[in-house]
Amino acid sequence: MTDYILEMQGIVKEFPGVKALNDVNFKVKRGEIHCLVGENGAGKSTLMKVLSGVYPYGSYTGDIRYNGEVQKFRKISDSEGKGIVIIYQELALIPELSIYENIFFGHEIMKGKSIDWNETITQARNMLGKVGLKADPSQPVKTLGVGNQQLVEIAKALSKDVKLLILDEPTASLNEDDSQNLLQLLRELKAQGVTCIMISHKLREITAIADTITVLRDGATITTMDATSRTIEEAEIIKYMVGREMDNIYPKRKKHAFGDIALELKNWTVVDPVKNREILHHIDLHVRKGEIVGIQGLMGAGRTELAMSMFGNPTGYRISTGKLFMDGRGVTLKHPKDAIRHGLAYVSEDRKGNGLFLGQDIRYNITISNLEELVDGLSINENEEIAIANDYKESINIKAPSIEQKVGNLSGGNQQKVQLAKWMFAKPNVLILDEPTRGIDVGAKYEIYSLMNRLVEQGMSIIMISSELPEVLGMSDRLYVMSEGTIAGELLTEDATEEKVMAMAVSS
Amino acid sequence: MSNNNTKPGFVQELVTLARTNMREYMMYIAFIIIMVFFAIQTDGGFLQARNIANLINQAGYVAVMAIGMTIILIICHIDLSVGYVAGFSGAVAAILMTKYHMNEWLAILVVLVLGLLIGLYQGLLVTKVGVPAFVTTLAGMFIFRGLLNLSLQDTGTIIIPNEGFKALSNGFIPDIFPNDKIHVLTLLIGVILVALMILSSVKERKNKIKYHFEVSSFPVFLLKQFIVAVVIMIVMWTLARYQGIPWTAVIVGVVLLIYNYMLNRTKLGRAIYGIGGNAQAAELSGINVQKVTLFAFCSVSLMASLGGILYTSRLQSATPTAGLGFEMDAIASSYIGGVAVSGGVGKVTNTIIGTLVIMSLTNGMNLMEIDISYQYIVKGLIFIIAVAFDVRSRRKK
Ligand SMILES: Nc1ncnc2c1ncn2[C@@H]1O[C@H](COP(=O)(O)OP(=O)(O)OP(=O)(O)O)[C@@H](O)[C@H]1O
Ligand SMILES: [Mg+2]
Repeated sequence: MTDYILEMQGIVKEFPGVKALNDVNFKVKRGEIHCLVGENGAGKSTLMKVLSGVYPYGSYTGDIRYNGEVQKFRKISDSEGKGIVIIYQELALIPELSIYENIFFGHEIMKGKSIDWNETITQARNMLGKVGLKADPSQPVKTLGVGNQQLVEIAKALSKDVKLLILDEPTASLNEDDSQNLLQLLRELKAQGVTCIMISHKLREITAIADTITVLRDGATITTMDATSRTIEEAEIIKYMVGREMDNIYPKRKKHAFGDIALELKNWTVVDPVKNREILHHIDLHVRKGEIVGIQGLMGAGRTELAMSMFGNPTGYRISTGKLFMDGRGVTLKHPKDAIRHGLAYVSEDRKGNGLFLGQDIRYNITISNLEELVDGLSINENEEIAIANDYKESINIKAPSIEQKVGNLSGGNQQKVQLAKWMFAKPNVLILDEPTRGIDVGAKYEIYSLMNRLVEQGMSIIMISSELPEVLGMSDRLYVMSEGTIAGELLTEDATEEKVMAMAVSS
Repeated sequence: MSNNNTKPGFVQELVTLARTNMREYMMYIAFIIIMVFFAIQTDGGFLQARNIANLINQAGYVAVMAIGMTIILIICHIDLSVGYVAGFSGAVAAILMTKYHMNEWLAILVVLVLGLLIGLYQGLLVTKVGVPAFVTTLAGMFIFRGLLNLSLQDTGTIIIPNEGFKALSNGFIPDIFPNDKIHVLTLLIGVILVALMILSSVKERKNKIKYHFEVSSFPVFLLKQFIVAVVIMIVMWTLARYQGIPWTAVIVGVVLLIYNYMLNRTKLGRAIYGIGGNAQAAELSGINVQKVTLFAFCSVSLMASLGGILYTSRLQSATPTAGLGFEMDAIASSYIGGVAVSGGVGKVTNTIIGTLVIMSLTNGMNLMEIDISYQYIVKGLIFIIAVAFDVRSRRKK
């Protein structure tokens, strides 16, 4: 008989108006790496929250057996006590605190009645060694990059004596190198006997690492595949995920001639006044009407800073030299408001922090950046607003019971679609997309790519920032490679290969 | 919903409704309990027409200040200075009318402008200089208390002779067919209010059905309309048998209408909720966060000045102790009315209910001649229970 560490049977979980999980069966063998995949809103995160006690016993139906015993977790600490640790889609570290404080946050090492800091630091160093992070434990977490923060999260899990580690989209915001590191670490943990459940939309890494793959669709288990006995193709996973065959990942775009230059940066140099450091150096770039321009580069190359500095500079950088031209005319954008008025839109990479109003409904979020269009005299025309929000919900297929649903209750992918709808409604001439498909399933990606194609065919220009190289190569007409705050090179997509781009990205 | 075959029963639906809107209904229930309690304790005195009119006049100044405060709290700031801004404004109005013999309406206008300027000063400190609102307005508390004392130092309490000014918080609207039985205009206004309310709910419901939003079933809808209509008519009937609608109620009503419209139907309202929910996202959505914040501070100080005018009118005099603790009542009203402690959520209409809760406590306990010290303790307890309940019920969702 197979030794299952976890068996979840007949799990049903309902939210008002949504049946998120509908009779899910999910079994995990001891010591394996088990990947959980499915479209946005399939119920992956919800299933893991049921397991960890975020949704307490009684708020769902069905059985959870762990090590053969039925469990009734009422809160997270119940499951953690049994060695089940979950690392959420959003990192839960406290930026101002040091690494060692973060690792032992909530389960401090005590000596009598006070915290034993010496022991804490020693242990922390130990954990950092295990996850292969070379950093001083007393460094504040905010000084680390996302990849290393992810490692700290894992170190924290290890310090809790983890038996079953759950990672919800751990590589979503990591670049290629950091992702590889993380996967390697998971393999090592497996060798030490830790069982892993990993949720991811990156099929490439799933086929590379999984022992078993379970596919969820619309809150139900579709299939569980054994990846140790045979190789599983990405296409097969996709087929189960979306319920149909998908021929290509990138939709074809009609060849069309580009128009005039819509946006141009000349000699753009930007200083961060807080750190008193030049972060972008003499950047020249342009995008034509109807063109998709990709910006590729490693994490920290300055891509988001570049986007923000163009978009009215909300972070308060200083533009020390250079000029921004829209339709050939030089403009000074002092506030995102000016940028929007000049036909610029920016879809943030950080949709929860910078993009969305999670406490408000879909309708509010879609119309907020272009309310002018809905105002009759003083009042907002609510009928028109509802009609518009419904239109977008239909046309880009936002999965929700109605436009009155709170955005905070949507799955990650659907939140991203709301963000896109919001900026489409602002009717920009130039749309800057920062990691537009982060945390989005293949089906939804295809829809978003198709949407991008539709927009450029109507004459819009798109600047796409992405760390997923295949996506940049698949979607853009031309691409810039950034490295340490400069443009390291420019390539036509026909001429670009992954090798060429990577060589440029690490060039300076 | 209606084409569902598992159609929930009438009672079933009421229960679900009560459960999902528990927070809001609890407030009404608490209010009713308080009224019943005082009615019994005072042998019905609390519910007498005279006392109801009194209650409205007493609650007016807190109501307008609480409305201004609600906006500030929604955008995650606070204004502690409103009490002494109100006190100081009242003193200035009194001095203008007595010492400089200024016309009362002009004096009111000057004082309101003064309120705006005070708001501008505090708002600029918060937005441009970056001093936290808590500190800015705490300093304001010192400053305006000082100014209040200073302005009344030579004269002491100033008695106000102007009839028009005194009428603001003591007078009633005139009647169209004066008689000594019933105030006709008051009843008429009541009927018009009920008609308008039903008309707008019917329109809203139709709209919702058109867009396939969830609406309550027709019987439940009817019941709601019926209850609100009855409540309005009872209040109006009671007032009509006394001297009619107090001017204070008219003033508060107008302020409430304006703010409610602003929050629900205009861009500015959207911006306010947006900033409270996620200031960074608001900035990136093209909202000028600084400007809106500045507006909120101007508005709260303006409302503080208006509150000061109403309070001074009520007492018919300006005293050096005016303003003491007003900010507590204003903040408590907002929170009891359901403004989220974490910001981003709140309704001015509910804030008014919050004010009524707080002020009927004051009024009722005064009638029962309960010592002021106990009054503070009781109000504090009710306040903290309301907020604790609010925080809990939000977390569950
Ligand atoms: N608190 C909530 N209230 C209401 N609905 C919710 C809530 N949480 C999740 N849902 C709904 O449950 C469904 C499953 O969501 P879940 O977050 O589990 O999806 P997911 O598979 O993790 O998707 P993604 O890949 O986009 O992260 C979605 O339809 C979502 O809208
Ligand atoms: Mg998820």
